[in-house]
Amino acid sequence: MTAELDLVVTTTEDLLRSHPPARTPRRDFLAAQFDAGLAWVHFPVGSGGLGVAPPLQREVTLRLADAGAPDGAEFNRLGYSMGAPTLAAWGTRAQQERYLRPLFVGDERWCQLFSEPGAGSDLAGLSTRAVRDGDAWVVNGQKVWSSLATISQVGMLIARTDPEQPKHRGLTYFLVDMDAPGVEVRPLRQLTGEAEFNEVYLTDVRVPDSARVGEVSDGWRVAMTTLMEERVLFNRERTERTPADLALELYRTRPDPGPELRTRMIDLWVRARVQRLNSRRAAANRTAGIPGPEGSIGKLVYAELNQDALELCLDLLGDESMLYDSYEMSAYTEESLTRRAEQDVRRLFLRSRAYSIEGGTSEIMRNILAERVLGLPPEPRTDKNVPFSRIPRG
Amino acid sequence: MSTNDARDELRRVVRQFLERRSTESDVRRLMEDEAGYDPAVWTTMADQLGLQAMAIPEELGGAGFGYQELCVVFEEMGRALLPSPFFATVGLAATALLECGDQEAMKRHLPAIASGELVATLAVGEERGGWDESAVDMRAQPSGSGWTLSGVKRFVPDAHVSGLLLVVARTAEGLSLFAVDPHSAGCRVEVELTLDLTRKLSRVRLDATPAVLVGRAGQAWDGVRRALRFAAVALACEQVGGARRVLDMTLDHVTVRHQFGRPVGSFQAVKHKLADMLVDIESARSAAYDAARAVAERDADVELAASVAKAVCSDTYTRAAATAIQLHGGIGFTWEHAAQLYYKRAKSSEFLLGTPGHHRDLVGRALGI
Repeated sequence: MTAELDLVVTTTEDLLRSHPPARTPRRDFLAAQFDAGLAWVHFPVGSGGLGVAPPLQREVTLRLADAGAPDGAEFNRLGYSMGAPTLAAWGTRAQQERYLRPLFVGDERWCQLFSEPGAGSDLAGLSTRAVRDGDAWVVNGQKVWSSLATISQVGMLIARTDPEQPKHRGLTYFLVDMDAPGVEVRPLRQLTGEAEFNEVYLTDVRVPDSARVGEVSDGWRVAMTTLMEERVLFNRERTERTPADLALELYRTRPDPGPELRTRMIDLWVRARVQRLNSRRAAANRTAGIPGPEGSIGKLVYAELNQDALELCLDLLGDESMLYDSYEMSAYTEESLTRRAEQDVRRLFLRSRAYSIEGGTSEIMRNILAERVLGLPPEPRTDKNVPFSRIPRG
Repeated sequence: MSTNDARDELRRVVRQFLERRSTESDVRRLMEDEAGYDPAVWTTMADQLGLQAMAIPEELGGAGFGYQELCVVFEEMGRALLPSPFFATVGLAATALLECGDQEAMKRHLPAIASGELVATLAVGEERGGWDESAVDMRAQPSGSGWTLSGVKRFVPDAHVSGLLLVVARTAEGLSLFAVDPHSAGCRVEVELTLDLTRKLSRVRLDATPAVLVGRAGQAWDGVRRALRFAAVALACEQVGGARRVLDMTLDHVTVRHQFGRPVGSFQAVKHKLADMLVDIESARSAAYDAARAVAERDADVELAASVAKAVCSDTYTRAAATAIQLHGGIGFTWEHAAQLYYKRAKSSEFLLGTPGHHRDLVGRALGI
């Protein structure tokens, strides 16, 4: 362990010496970090790692942050948080070599092609088809809720390769070149006015078999890795200003909010404090190796807490809440990704309706808590061991 | 052994003891009992488990453990619904003596509390109810070298079995704390019929009853207020223990009970209620444990943490117990089922030491709003 720690620390110091962050262009720095094995220290040598224990990454992150090094994650959020762990768990050596470096340095941004108009909570009910054709697959179907798809190069796709198997078993996981012929991305305008998400139409898209992740018909297990990492994204304690902080700031600017708003403000502040304590206890238990139920609770609680906080913000804002800053339609661009402007509270309020839907609806979260944490019997399912082709859809 | 392992071991020992000595039939027997507790259990708790002594300093006959250890005990007692003057004696009286800092009073009473010989309680509220300064009207009159108290205290936990009453009253200097022997002249303790039959509350009538000043006249409130907050943390842990017990009880029921050919726990309408209960209880647990830690470490914002815990755990327990009755269906509404016992304990302990609304108001004041 000490030898590994020494290796990590020395390599980090060498990197900072050879590539001073202040004088190194961002892509060059990230490339040097990857080549030094400091992208994900627990990955193999040559794939951005040093083959050492995962907790040592912290030593790298802290030192690089102190030195003012660039953080590639903000340009490729899904690649960093979901793509890389999925490839680490399921990718072949060749795939890791092909994809990880461009992912890390920002040459290739990643997006997710999972949900479909007919498959939301019941993701395994998806109907996008991939049919084998020589050493490639031909994909047809429609995906939705793909954020960043307009500016991504790689899509994480699950498609049905065998409709005669029960629905979870006939799926396969691919990495799609978003610039390939037949991939059409249409921004999906949401109720806030802008388009964070996209619809992705796939028409006779050829995907080489070398871009298949995991075995044929084993895509559900691969997708689970991706989805688990997604939930972690929603579950963390936020360090930036939370909606509850925002509400308290607004509250203090009101001359006389009255007893009703005061009661709501305090109640909200208490809930926010308690959830912060919950997150910390969950983190402490994880470190101590006791995976407690409080971990699965975060996603559910944060969604409802933040919705209520933003509703309170509008009530505190008063009649100004009847106005809006701009309904101009806009999609993500390279540029808008780099300047994340402070958002108007009314926009955040409208956006908050998605909190309890995206990344697993609150209803699905409650099912998970009830079945996996409390051990309650599953609901009888009519589609469990039936070939997908015989399940009614619509 | 790490601190966490030691607490787990303590929890295991206390739970095992209470599962044997505070069964539902014991609880029901003691609900009808005049004293309302089992002196043999009390003695075993003191002699063999050393529970009364736990958080009392060693030089005063205690074991010198921290408040977090004591809170493990309260959580288990809440889980078992133990009818006992433990909360009044250890949670209220011993804490008030420690926080008021009168060395002589501590030396006189704490060793007896630690050994289990003395049952004691704290009397704050009066006819108006409430648990803050404004609740106290009772006057203390100087009398020779001592004092006498006259007036009525209400909602005093376990006063009917206490050998020592710590009474808050007003002198010319302000709020003061007094030690009263309930056998003294002019003292009458009347047990009331309580909503929660597992914790008895009394009306204490004092009529020129002799009393010994604890600490300095007019200087008591800071100490008493801290004691009330710390005791609220103990109560919050009790509430978490009770809430988790009703969740467990309900899980057992919905797994066994079948309707429409399925366990009722397989219906989403039932599942989602239980998931919410779990979320509620785990959140309450985080608040209670944080407050216990804050007491142990004497955090600057310990009183805020205590108010957050008391507010959240009170609401959680009542909601959990009400949901438990609902999910048990008809059987949950019967006298013979245990759900009602928890529901009554939950609703009643919402009021004890201040309602959730009162504690939220204190949080607001701490935030400056």
